[in-house]
Amino acid sequence: MTGAVPAVEVHGLHVRYERVEALQGVDFDLPRGTALGIVGPNGSGKSTLLKAVAGLVQPAEGTVRVQGLPPRELPPGTIGYVPQVEDVDWQFPVSVRDVVTMGRYPRIRPFQRFSAHDHRAVARAIEALDLGAVANRHISELSGGQQQRVFVARAIAQEPLVLLLDEPTTGVDAATEESLLQLVRGLVADGLPVLMTTHDLDRAAEWFDRLIVVDRKILADGTPDEVLESGAYAGIREHTHTHGHRR
Amino acid sequence: MPDVLAPFQYDFMQRAFVVALVVGALCSSMGTYVVLRKLSFIGDGLAHASFAGIAIAYLRGANFYAGAAIATIVTALGIGFVHRRGKVSLDTSIGVLFTGAFALGVFLMSRAPRATVDLQSFLFGSILGVSAYDVAMVVGLALAVALAVAALWRPLLYTSFDPVVAQAAGIRAAFLDYALLVIIAMTIIVSLQAVGIVLVAALLVTPAAAASQLTKRFVPMMALSCAFGVFSSVGGLYASYELHASSGATIVLLATLVFFAALGFNAARRPRRAP
Repeated sequence: MTGAVPAVEVHGLHVRYERVEALQGVDFDLPRGTALGIVGPNGSGKSTLLKAVAGLVQPAEGTVRVQGLPPRELPPGTIGYVPQVEDVDWQFPVSVRDVVTMGRYPRIRPFQRFSAHDHRAVARAIEALDLGAVANRHISELSGGQQQRVFVARAIAQEPLVLLLDEPTTGVDAATEESLLQLVRGLVADGLPVLMTTHDLDRAAEWFDRLIVVDRKILADGTPDEVLESGAYAGIREHTHTHGHRR
Repeated sequence: MPDVLAPFQYDFMQRAFVVALVVGALCSSMGTYVVLRKLSFIGDGLAHASFAGIAIAYLRGANFYAGAAIATIVTALGIGFVHRRGKVSLDTSIGVLFTGAFALGVFLMSRAPRATVDLQSFLFGSILGVSAYDVAMVVGLALAVALAVAALWRPLLYTSFDPVVAQAAGIRAAFLDYALLVIIAMTIIVSLQAVGIVLVAALLVTPAAAASQLTKRFVPMMALSCAFGVFSSVGGLYASYELHASSGATIVLLATLVFFAALGFNAARRPRRAP
């Protein structure tokens, strides 16, 4: 039964902030073991779409189902989310290992102790993101690329059933980008569904099995090559360019 | 009996030291969350709000703890509600609700005859006047708070650091925000007898602020804060006996001294920047 239900189903999704309609009727499915890329210009609602799937913003209309359930009714630990900008207090008293360990917290019940599996999941995530050398450092002592990897590691340590990444490659060095690509492709090969926003069209075919172009609505949906050849993305860029910002 | 133990020969002093120990440990441990969530103002707010409940309980001859607990917890939940639903910033929400509740307490007290004498003990504490019943209440409430924190410390830490991602991962951030407010409210009620309404916020904030100068890890910060809190409250009580001074004020002054010592130590061990 669970095999038949797509990991993520979005139907007729509208999201409004005050008077701005960030999303105007979005439909797509994300099967297990698929990496779906979301591209679109700034302000196109890409991040909002991820937040709606994460249950952080409520749909004004339409439905979001993850593993067949509304996001807020999911068992804790189901969704791993890495936001575009981590708006945290960098002086907060936690080390790299402490932050990655938080990934296990949703799965730990009150008074429950960390199991051997919990410890292994944290250790594997630290290793997968190549953070072993800085694991005991305070988070304020990291470079931008390392900081981004810490938050990806936390999401991986959680062992989520769906992974949401909001522009994880923006502002990171080439080596970090390459290791993130390898990591994501490895997780997808193991069956994890991944939903990720990006600006980087050049490497879309390496990252994703499927690509959607979003500008409040879905303008194109298909394999990365199909979508790029269709010119849908170039079209909206042209449009935005000639008509200025539409807000 | 040697002179140093002189204070302990009195039953009322023994009770006072038990309360000081419990309050010092509890306030300063909870203070770690208060400082990390930048909620320093809320200690002040909830303590003042408790005055409405204390006044009503006093005038009706009802139970002090019940009155304080109801007023403080209602205000704590009200602050959370106004903040979340009214889209009012948290400090504004605290500012509006605590002054309102405090004013209600003063209003009620001012209309009552012979109220001014007791007002002093509410505002500045009366740790030397605690009864065996007070000790039992303080210890019982403190155990309840400690149990709640033992159950929730991990999700509380996650939502304190990164509430958005914690919520996406399925941690109920709104529930935890309210739970923390209630836990802080109960901590304040436990501490009112010791240091009083005016000074309780200091015991909630100052030891944790001192600890944050000395460590960059959460669990050591909580442990250090707890040690500073116990040192300040027990040491302050002892010093107040020797100095014939107000115990609440002496406790808070000692905590303040510890904070500046930690600040000085931190500044001294950091290498100076090259000019």
